[in-house]
Amino acid sequence: MQPLLKMQGIHKSFAGVAALTSAELEIAPGEVHAVIGQNGAGKSTLIKILTGVYRKDSGEVAFDGRPLHVQSPREAQDNGISTIYQELSLVPLRSVTENVIMGYEPRTALGLIDWTSAHARTREILAGFGINIDVTQALGSYSTAIQQLTAIARAVSLNARLVIMDEPTSSLDDREVETLFGVVRGLKARGVSVIYISHFLDELFQICDRATIMRDGQTVAVREIADTTKLGLIADMLGRDPEEIAAAGMTELGGGQRETGEVLLEATNLHTDRMLRDVSVTVHKGEIVGLGGLLGSGRTEAARAIFAMDRLRGGTVSTHLHPEGFSNPAEAIRGGVGFLTEDRKAEGIVPDMSVRENLTLALLPRLVRRGTIDRVREEEIVKKFVDALGIKLASIEQPIRELSGGNQQKVLLARWLALEPDLLILDEPTRGVDVGAKFEIQSIIQEYVEKGVGVLLISSEFEELVEGADRIVVLQDGVSVTELQNPGITEQALIGAIAQSHERATA
Amino acid sequence: MDAFDWKHLSRHGGLVAFAALLLINILITPNFLQLQTLFVNISQVATIAIVAVGMTLVIATAGIDLSVGAVMAVAGAIAPLIFLSDFAQANPSLGLFLAIVVPVLVSVVCGLFNGALVAFLGVQPIIATLIFFISGRGIAQVLTNGNLQTFTHPGFSYLGTGKILGLPFQGWLVLVIAIVVWWMANRTMFGRRILAVGGNENAARLTGTPVRRVKLGVYAISAGLSGIAGLIVVAINSASDAARIGNLMELDAIAAAVVGGTLLMGGKAPIFGAILGAVIIQLVKYTLLANGVADEVALIAKAAIIVLAVYVQQGRKE
Repeated sequence: MQPLLKMQGIHKSFAGVAALTSAELEIAPGEVHAVIGQNGAGKSTLIKILTGVYRKDSGEVAFDGRPLHVQSPREAQDNGISTIYQELSLVPLRSVTENVIMGYEPRTALGLIDWTSAHARTREILAGFGINIDVTQALGSYSTAIQQLTAIARAVSLNARLVIMDEPTSSLDDREVETLFGVVRGLKARGVSVIYISHFLDELFQICDRATIMRDGQTVAVREIADTTKLGLIADMLGRDPEEIAAAGMTELGGGQRETGEVLLEATNLHTDRMLRDVSVTVHKGEIVGLGGLLGSGRTEAARAIFAMDRLRGGTVSTHLHPEGFSNPAEAIRGGVGFLTEDRKAEGIVPDMSVRENLTLALLPRLVRRGTIDRVREEEIVKKFVDALGIKLASIEQPIRELSGGNQQKVLLARWLALEPDLLILDEPTRGVDVGAKFEIQSIIQEYVEKGVGVLLISSEFEELVEGADRIVVLQDGVSVTELQNPGITEQALIGAIAQSHERATA
Repeated sequence: MDAFDWKHLSRHGGLVAFAALLLINILITPNFLQLQTLFVNISQVATIAIVAVGMTLVIATAGIDLSVGAVMAVAGAIAPLIFLSDFAQANPSLGLFLAIVVPVLVSVVCGLFNGALVAFLGVQPIIATLIFFISGRGIAQVLTNGNLQTFTHPGFSYLGTGKILGLPFQGWLVLVIAIVVWWMANRTMFGRRILAVGGNENAARLTGTPVRRVKLGVYAISAGLSGIAGLIVVAINSASDAARIGNLMELDAIAAAVVGGTLLMGGKAPIFGAILGAVIIQLVKYTLLANGVADEVALIAKAAIIVLAVYVQQGRKE
């Protein structure tokens, strides 16, 4: 059968640095095809060439048997290629209908927008995905999942023949993921092809037919999902031997084997306007305490409360040095607490600033000598961490936005490590980074924990929590309901604890 | 190849434009290469440049300051009231000192008012500074009963007409202000924090940056510099007309900052770029006027430059 899409020998350089060297991608009609690789492997560049965001230096792109030359995302869309971006590119303040029909509005005889048929069409399109909502409401008033599905609905309504999904599940909970998978299967059934980009390898086995694996700007393998294993895919991505990886274990954090010291943090009965009702958690020196729970159970909110970002309505936060807690983040930082936030882009990086400036942002007060920033010491510190954490960059003066996600995350981690904190709050420290960077980040955390740093770890990956944490505090609806102790925690036990507390709540 | 040239040009667009303007003037403008021409241009550009420096800092935090012209009017109205007072006639040196310091301090207070609205009440900068944009000039006119205050005061006039090493005093002042502010923006913690607040306010707050104080600071500096500019205008004219001092200055200053490479979304503070921007705008104005083109046409040319600068910026972003 003729492939729907065939990209061959694609080359692309940015300012002389090769991002893609003879990359390839072939998609069959009605196929769900994964594109995987570490951050910086060239996945996004390849996709952006396909969607007209970038232009290739050389190579061939054929779509439906004809050569394809798109100059802009709009042209790609008109050719039947739609992209659902990681950061939703919709307008939250406008209605669902407006978002779906944007740019393709039905007109009345007078040339005005025909709202009646617009709403009707939107309702019909969404119903096709099992979504029945009031389409006249602002899109932003619905959950992320609904917004994401709306984006997909929009793509499909434009008669897409190829839908590209970039990390579609990163902000969805389990049930929403199921809905999304249903939609993907629906697309497949209609003969629409899907390019599926995700860091969650487990998902690929549920939904994908084949996977193209990229490494260092090249296509290194194309696998039938049915014929491969998770370990095999990881080995392909890293260019290493599967057995070697299997022996090393899947997580670099060793929970339950540590000697823990004095109490660093004691948070009791936290209550805030943002979801928390009654959360208590204690962290000792040299210990990783996990916060477990479903999306929306109050994990991030607990971190925000401890870091004094949200005002407490009730309860207390005390640390060994500051029994009174903190009144703002600056105080928390001075008190030896660091907070690596979940949303790298919105709350982490200052995109236009250099790696150096980003890394020392929290450290600035300690770098000031006679009114000016001590640039010599600043560069020393930055270089030290760039080396120690293996951050890949052209120069420390490079804007951080140019780094891959994993390297950005390492810079942000270094931002807090440079403060020599007593307590680190890590919210999804390895989300959206590739497997290699994930191991590296985990082993850096492990190293600091061995030195006596206390860590409060939030992670949606059960594996990371189960293997990494010494204890897991399980949250549900803003209440800490139970606590599990390592060694002895299994994924089953954690899932059980979360499920049980749910049953208890509904009973 | 095309892309490379374009990048190159856009990075140095300001300098290229400046060089082109000089060349055109040397070729077509009569008597361009005369010291007198230099003096006229320096004294005219100085006020825009000083205000543009402050504006650049405000814009770097992703804000904007529409009140600069009104603040100039307030400072310009207060100064003559002080040095023409009986007290100042009796104590000339102290009177002169107060006539300079008090208006600048009052300006800083105006800036703190703007900053407080933005930082503590969360009012959008364009609206917050619009309040003083409207009321400030009113205050200035009330202070002077709407009268034109004319005076002869050699000491004060030095601000506008004095010369050091043969060059106008305000030219040197611009240089000193630019160097000090550049140093602050690039070498101090406050400067770094300005860029962090403009670059990503959430990230700045989470890393312990006192976001509110930073905002308060930039509006205060912007207003303080506007106050100084107001004094210079009054000193040049030997007259203070509250209705006219600093009229449309906010637009010139924003234009200079933008031409100089400041991004309106914040995170960048090219101080010398803003000075260059002011010089380019001034030179275009001068070129047209010196060649007999009407003032109204000069305004259109100014708009064209801004459009061009924004276009080049767009190119640079990609």
